[in-house]
Amino acid sequence: MFWRLFLLFLALSAVTPAQAETALLNVSYDPTRELYQDVNQAFARVWKDKTGETVRINQSHGGSGKQARSVIDGLEADVVTLALAYDIDAIADKSGLLARDWQRRLPENATPYTSTIVFLVRKGNPKHIRDWDDLVQPDVQIITPNPKTSGGARWNYLAAWGHALAKSGNDEGKARDFLTRLYRNVPVLDSGARGATTTFVQRGIGDVLLAWENEAILAVEELGKDQFDLVVPSLSILAEPPVALVDKVVDKHGTRAVAEAYLRFLFSPEGQELGARHHYRPRDAAVAARHGGQFPAVRLVTIDQLGGWQKIQQIHFSDGGVFDQIAGSMKQ
Amino acid sequence: MKPSLTEAPWARYALTAAALAIVLLFLALPLFVVFSEALAKGVAVYGRALSDPDTLSAIRLTLTVAAIAVPFNLVFGVAAAWCVAKFDFPGKSILVSLIDLPFSVSPVVSGLVYVLLFGAQGWFGPWLAAHHLQVIFAVPGIVLATVFVTFPFVARELIPLMEEQGTDEEEAAVVLGAGPWQVFFRVTLPNIKWGLLYGVLLCNARAMGEFGAVSVVSGHIRGLTVTTPLQVEILYNEYNFTAAFAVASLLALLGLVTLVAKSVVEWRFGGELAANRRH
Amino acid sequence: MAATKSSVVPGFGPTLGFTLFALGLIVLMPLAALFLRASGMGWQQFVQAAFSPRVMSAYALSFGGALAAAAFNAVAGLLLAWVLVRYRFPGRRLMDAMVDLPFALPTAVAGIALTTLYAPKGMLGGLLAGLGVKVAFTPLGVMVAMVFIGLPFVVRTVEPVLQDIDADWEEAALSLGANRLQVFLRIILPSILPALVTGFALAFARALGEYGSVIFIAGNIPGVSEIAPLLIVTKLEQYDYAGATAIAAVMLVVSFILLLIINTVQKWQRRLYQ
Repeated sequence: MFWRLFLLFLALSAVTPAQAETALLNVSYDPTRELYQDVNQAFARVWKDKTGETVRINQSHGGSGKQARSVIDGLEADVVTLALAYDIDAIADKSGLLARDWQRRLPENATPYTSTIVFLVRKGNPKHIRDWDDLVQPDVQIITPNPKTSGGARWNYLAAWGHALAKSGNDEGKARDFLTRLYRNVPVLDSGARGATTTFVQRGIGDVLLAWENEAILAVEELGKDQFDLVVPSLSILAEPPVALVDKVVDKHGTRAVAEAYLRFLFSPEGQELGARHHYRPRDAAVAARHGGQFPAVRLVTIDQLGGWQKIQQIHFSDGGVFDQIAGSMKQ
Repeated sequence: MKPSLTEAPWARYALTAAALAIVLLFLALPLFVVFSEALAKGVAVYGRALSDPDTLSAIRLTLTVAAIAVPFNLVFGVAAAWCVAKFDFPGKSILVSLIDLPFSVSPVVSGLVYVLLFGAQGWFGPWLAAHHLQVIFAVPGIVLATVFVTFPFVARELIPLMEEQGTDEEEAAVVLGAGPWQVFFRVTLPNIKWGLLYGVLLCNARAMGEFGAVSVVSGHIRGLTVTTPLQVEILYNEYNFTAAFAVASLLALLGLVTLVAKSVVEWRFGGELAANRRH
Repeated sequence: MAATKSSVVPGFGPTLGFTLFALGLIVLMPLAALFLRASGMGWQQFVQAAFSPRVMSAYALSFGGALAAAAFNAVAGLLLAWVLVRYRFPGRRLMDAMVDLPFALPTAVAGIALTTLYAPKGMLGGLLAGLGVKVAFTPLGVMVAMVFIGLPFVVRTVEPVLQDIDADWEEAALSLGANRLQVFLRIILPSILPALVTGFALAFARALGEYGSVIFIAGNIPGVSEIAPLLIVTKLEQYDYAGATAIAAVMLVVSFILLLIINTVQKWQRRLYQ
């Protein structure tokens, strides 16, 4: 009977939807699940109206580095939408699946939406956390994921670095000291941004969570409006999660046109509106104006001001780099 | 048992209480948490969580993978137990250790080795790509990783059982003129069937529950390459804790069914099993 | 290669052939790929990747935690096996069935459930926090997860041996005036020791490589609560395949040596009985 059951299930599993429609695979990072669910639906409708073709977009989410590695190892992504340009550069470098100038092939640095790093604190802000300097007080516990495994965590780290440099007049020694003190206040180093949010929200650990602005707003909305406050620091970083077409895969699948249209759709007014609704800062000025209240003005440093990804990765996040040295002093 | 052969009542009670505490603290409470969280928002929410299309396709994939991996390991386990238990040959310890190896290999490594073999940068990557075959990040890769992780289960269960039974009955059958298949199906199989069933049940439970190894080779494509344990993680990461625990409870239920089935087997056929052991 | 135990029983060739074929395909070839990748990196590079201070402290936690968990499991598992075999009480069958739960429960589910339970806000975590003990997100949490996944190994290896112990010996010892403790130490313990060692080693080996359940409950702080399998994942996510395979190779060799010891002990144990 056991086997008959198995065979039945096997038969069931063979009934998969007909593959007549076009399918795209969007390999993305963790916090974009909800965004792309909406975008995929909207784009499928737009594409159907325009060409009569039915397109289904499959989603895969995970840590940005892990997802990039999967694509390098053969996960056939038509488009990648990752947390930072470094990860897409890595795909271009290590697999040659797309051209190295991918970031110049789409407008706005190939980044349809931006975000920044903000603080999520417990309701009423009992530890009076207003800006970066309040984080390094000895009695403050900070939740942020591991920058070596999480893209979001790298933005957190670099925002703090940007602040420390600005404050010390570009003294790297002082900036390093600031980060050492900051990471000494981290009790749990999750491997991804979503894990860190869960630790802070569900497990009740820590006084402040460093997070993407979109994640912080989502966490407040999904997990309790009356439990958390959002604090925007005086200076943060312009986080640019970019998108790219994977040339060799779309040529193999014959999906170049639809994949290209899909990415362009993100830059269209409708795509921008969807982004803003999911708390990403839109590039389109008109859309941004409509959602202005959601996105307070912050002084933003850019990745290029900090030296660009290749250099940053080498100095800070390589083995034995600045972060490893800081981590070495985390065991109090 | 004669009274002189056991401890004083107070010692008996103390030991039983200690055992109970361990079971409660380490085993029963985690199980309780899964079900209480799953049902925290009521049965309706629980039902809706389980009928989500992505969850259903995850369950289907898990059943498919188990339906391939378990029979393979069943055949392998019987063959391996046969040659290890019924014969002596040099290098047996090494062979048995190699069969056991997947037990103690980190699940992460189990997934990684297949990426090194079949990934785009791996040994067979270019060949597979040239022939438009996808192993990693598709169902074959998930099946392979599952077979690897559950590889020793049936063999481990059968080897000691068949060793204790020895070869007398089989020898007698051969002398009386039975063919090889007759010897196996008429003589050996009836002797090992309950051990075999137990091994298959555990193998199946592990196959359906494997997380680490499958996570490395799955690619996490919604509705296509996400297995049930991975779906638990996805829901958990979407702050959908109730749904995550609901799906988890399904897997826990599967574990419980396995355990109940195993207990029934032992209870109904315990005498037979013990008799086998004494052979 | 000759089958020396019996020359009459058929099927040695085909079964050994299939066993070696499946073993080669599923286990040996993939592992060979791993070792080749690791050996491609040169000795100095290998040592640097596999034995750097951060990796060493991860080994220390993985090996130390697994050792502590296995030691705890040896005691707790022996206790459980003893109670299950020797005493009759209501709920015994249920308790017996529960022991296999860690075999059957997916590791990620176990990790999430244990974290929910032992986090400061959780049912047990809150209780323990009152006593000043922190479990989740500390090395202690790592051990709790390792105890969970390793417990059934000890119980299930000790149970059958305990059942088989001949009551005559115990009776004889008791009639000669030995007390219960002496009987346990002199007669019972020596006969179950090989099984106990096997269970201990199995629990140890399993805990060493465990990933799914541990990462949820560990704090993952480098040098404090970061386990070796997590480092493999971390290296992979930095596209450092060589570094990942180097650590994996070290852990694999240790596992294999452990298993070889177990199987040799078991062989020796069988000889003793015959």
